[in-house]
Amino acid sequence: MSIVAAIRPDSWDFPLFLHVLGAMILVGGLLAGVSSLAFARGDVRFLRLGYWTLLAVSLPGWILMRAGGEWIASREGWTKEGVPTPTWLDIGFLLADVGGLILLVSLIVGGVGVYRLRQGKGSGLLKATLVLAFILLAAYVVAVWAMAGKPS
Amino acid sequence: MSFDDWMLALHVLSAFAYVAGIVLFWVLIVAVRKIDTPEGTIRMEPIVKVGNASVGIGAVGTILLGIWLTFRLDGYAIWDVWIIAALVLWALAAAAGQRTGAEYTKGMTKAKELEAAGEGGPSAELLALNRTSNGVVLHALASAFVLLILLDMIFKPWA
Repeated sequence: MSIVAAIRPDSWDFPLFLHVLGAMILVGGLLAGVSSLAFARGDVRFLRLGYWTLLAVSLPGWILMRAGGEWIASREGWTKEGVPTPTWLDIGFLLADVGGLILLVSLIVGGVGVYRLRQGKGSGLLKATLVLAFILLAAYVVAVWAMAGKPS
Repeated sequence: MSFDDWMLALHVLSAFAYVAGIVLFWVLIVAVRKIDTPEGTIRMEPIVKVGNASVGIGAVGTILLGIWLTFRLDGYAIWDVWIIAALVLWALAAAAGQRTGAEYTKGMTKAKELEAAGEGGPSAELLALNRTSNGVVLHALASAFVLLILLDMIFKPWA
């Protein structure tokens, strides 16, 4: 591991930085969004705060993480046809893509929920957003572990 | 995965916890600027606790596991310039983070005082404390130091 890190070409550094920064923003947005939704106890301000955090922080973080990930994978030659990808990268790509889909679904469901808050409804939909975001947070902890520890 | 791989993974997970806490506090800093009631301010306390736990676990985990890895892995030494830079930046980030917490605690303390006095309505004084510009500057500084640590860890200047 240390040797791989030591010999990493300089040209990989910037895409890796974008990938890690995006992932950190994504995880931070999920933590803030989940916390706001979980402790809202029906308070509309906190339900909105949780939803908008997911939309304005987690989503841009996911885009940066995914774009940076594709860039660094391409730089490392993993995206070439016929090149077998290691398990840790498969885990990363799978969790990133499925996670992106779940994030999108949670944002759509939450968006409807936030809209319905005006009529005094929608908190049930935001609970669904909370559950999905919490699952995502757990999944991305696994993804970080896989990316950093690189199991065979 | 070897033991060293596990330690590295936990070091990186700690870094994620640290940054996640910082992002969470940015969200709260933006949100609290509109809150002028004791009830609304106190409502943030459980979220603050999540942020404190995340930053605390992250900061301690990164420094302890980072130093341990420095001694354990080949090719790294504690006197490497980029590692010394990371240690200095970590200390600066911790100091700025602690002072940020102290700034925002003033608002939370005031909110509890107002609530205890039975004054539940909007308070200009509470709003001013929640909008502390010192707190914003200190949190921006802490965030900048942590961003520099991330850059330092990836680009490893002078390595």
